[in-house]
Amino acid sequence: MAESYRRSRWTNGLFVVPYLSVFLTLLVFPLGWGIWLSLNKVDLFGGERFIGLKNYARVLSDPIFGQAVKNTLIFVGVSVPTLVILGLFLALALNKTSKGSSFLRGLFFASSILSVTIVTLIWRIVFIPNDGLMSLIFEFFGWQPIGFLSTTGWSLFSVGVATVWWCIGLPMMLFLAALQQIPKDLYEAAALDNASRWRVLTRITLPSIKSTIMLVAIIQVVMQFQLFGQAQLMTNGGPAGSSRPIVMYIYEVGFLRWDIGLGAAASQILFLIILCAAMLQYWVSTRKEEVDA
Amino acid sequence: MSASISIKNITKRYDSVTVLDDINLHIEDGEFVVFLGPSGCGKSTLLRMIAGLESITEGSIDIGEKRIDTLPPGQRGVAMVFQSYALYPHMTTRQNMAFGLENVKVAQDEIDRRVNDAAKILEIDHLLDRKPGRLSGGQRQRVAIGRAIVKEPKAFLFDEPLSNLDAALRGRTRLELAQLHQRLGSTMIFVTHDQVEAMTLADRIVIMHNQKIEQIGTPMEIYQYPASRFVAEFVGSPPMSMLPINSIENTPDGVTVEVSGAGKVVTAIVLPPEFNATNAVIGIRAEDTAVVAAEEDGLDLTIKVIERLGDRTLLYGILIDGTDLIVEDSGRSKVKAGDTVRVSISPQAAHIFDGDGLAYHSQMEV
Repeated sequence: MAESYRRSRWTNGLFVVPYLSVFLTLLVFPLGWGIWLSLNKVDLFGGERFIGLKNYARVLSDPIFGQAVKNTLIFVGVSVPTLVILGLFLALALNKTSKGSSFLRGLFFASSILSVTIVTLIWRIVFIPNDGLMSLIFEFFGWQPIGFLSTTGWSLFSVGVATVWWCIGLPMMLFLAALQQIPKDLYEAAALDNASRWRVLTRITLPSIKSTIMLVAIIQVVMQFQLFGQAQLMTNGGPAGSSRPIVMYIYEVGFLRWDIGLGAAASQILFLIILCAAMLQYWVSTRKEEVDA
Repeated sequence: MSASISIKNITKRYDSVTVLDDINLHIEDGEFVVFLGPSGCGKSTLLRMIAGLESITEGSIDIGEKRIDTLPPGQRGVAMVFQSYALYPHMTTRQNMAFGLENVKVAQDEIDRRVNDAAKILEIDHLLDRKPGRLSGGQRQRVAIGRAIVKEPKAFLFDEPLSNLDAALRGRTRLELAQLHQRLGSTMIFVTHDQVEAMTLADRIVIMHNQKIEQIGTPMEIYQYPASRFVAEFVGSPPMSMLPINSIENTPDGVTVEVSGAGKVVTAIVLPPEFNATNAVIGIRAEDTAVVAAEEDGLDLTIKVIERLGDRTLLYGILIDGTDLIVEDSGRSKVKAGDTVRVSISPQAAHIFDGDGLAYHSQMEV
């Protein structure tokens, strides 16, 4: 009896083999290999030599990496709350069954299906000096033109605007799905309870979609820490590295300077930063729930 | 605190579909009125219109002396208990009950007093710090009622509040609701499709059918003098048996009707000259029939199905012409399916319905 039970357990395990093999080959193995590379001096065309944590020491003492981390933190710190708040606002505004709101939902989601090349092309046309849309608007009002893509401070801001425009579809859709799960009779009870619109939003709607807000925030933190394409194509990290994110630093070190070990070490640090940020958010949200319960 | 409710010429249409058609109803201060009807008859819509959750196409609603159909739901002075309870899932019982009072800026000590008083009445004072997710169905129901009580409304509106409870709990809660009404003396409107709830709770029942009010009356008026064939068949379990009338003979004391499968039935019902005899039927309740000895006068009924309810037995059978008849026998009945039994009917308790379904009752006290 016991033996047949054991055998049946093995055969049951076969059902997860296809997924497990993909998981191990494409996720666990590259992660382990990346960690191994970060502990070696690796040349793309040469061999590898174990050097311990020296790559980490090098990357942490590199002022360009420090600047990239700072840029990325600022970018995430501004773009994620913007995406969450704007996505929520759009979802609340478009949570209706009218044809107009269906059209607008489609319109706001449409940007998400564009490739980064198209998105950056559009926003370069908006921000480019002399003939860009912003420069025409500034000219119309007689204001001093701003080099959005070539001025320190503005360049990261411009990348952020393009990113929010590109990524707003997913948060909006997730919030819409969550809002539509809230039972209609809760709002009817609130109407009979004489609740103002603000009280309904803060005491009924937001608490009801709390877990989705956290989900959207974590997804966006993970996504925005990996900023690369927009910065590469719009500003090339400039001027003077003021819009260079961590992933771009990794790309430059690994694929332009061929210093794979250093790039791998920077990747592991980015991985740790993302992990910590996501865990922190998760911990804060679950701790709040425990207090509430 | 409570007030009367006047519904005047209320009509509700969704585009070309009419859901309620020219409804008029006056509910007295402190009265417990039940809206009873089959699904889709518009009873919940009417309740939601009083609450302000549905707009009115035509007509007006007054509570007390004040017209309220133009006011938002929160300012009408009514409290509603929903079928699904609609408790705020992230708030505790106390917060659920206090929410409405906080919204109108009632002082905190007054909120505490009202919540504690209502919790004591409903015996939920030990549940005040729990969230709805940790309450049973019956407890949630009490919290929903508590949330209504603390508002001290002019009228309570109940939208099928017992339908999510199991049978035993439903019976107990029904009794508690009746006690609550006696204790508070408030105007209450209760929507249900369950006739037992309607009969046991109501001061008056409003029977609704096909977008209109079919009959308004006390439970016994509705049961004993149904205004139409629909009411007669809808109220009462088992439903009233309907036997087709072949011919009618007028006498000074009432009509004698020739009934398919039953022969002549002498009634004390006086019919007007304009009576529409086409498709007319005679209606008999199961308790107005009896199984008699084979040698006595009566009808032969072949039994198809037997329902044993303990205190009584219901015999579902067919007469010789194939007409269905339901007969009540004692709980100890020995009749089996397939038997043919002789049954008698009490003609004084019969009702006649004309081709349009309009009812005519015996002149004698039943």
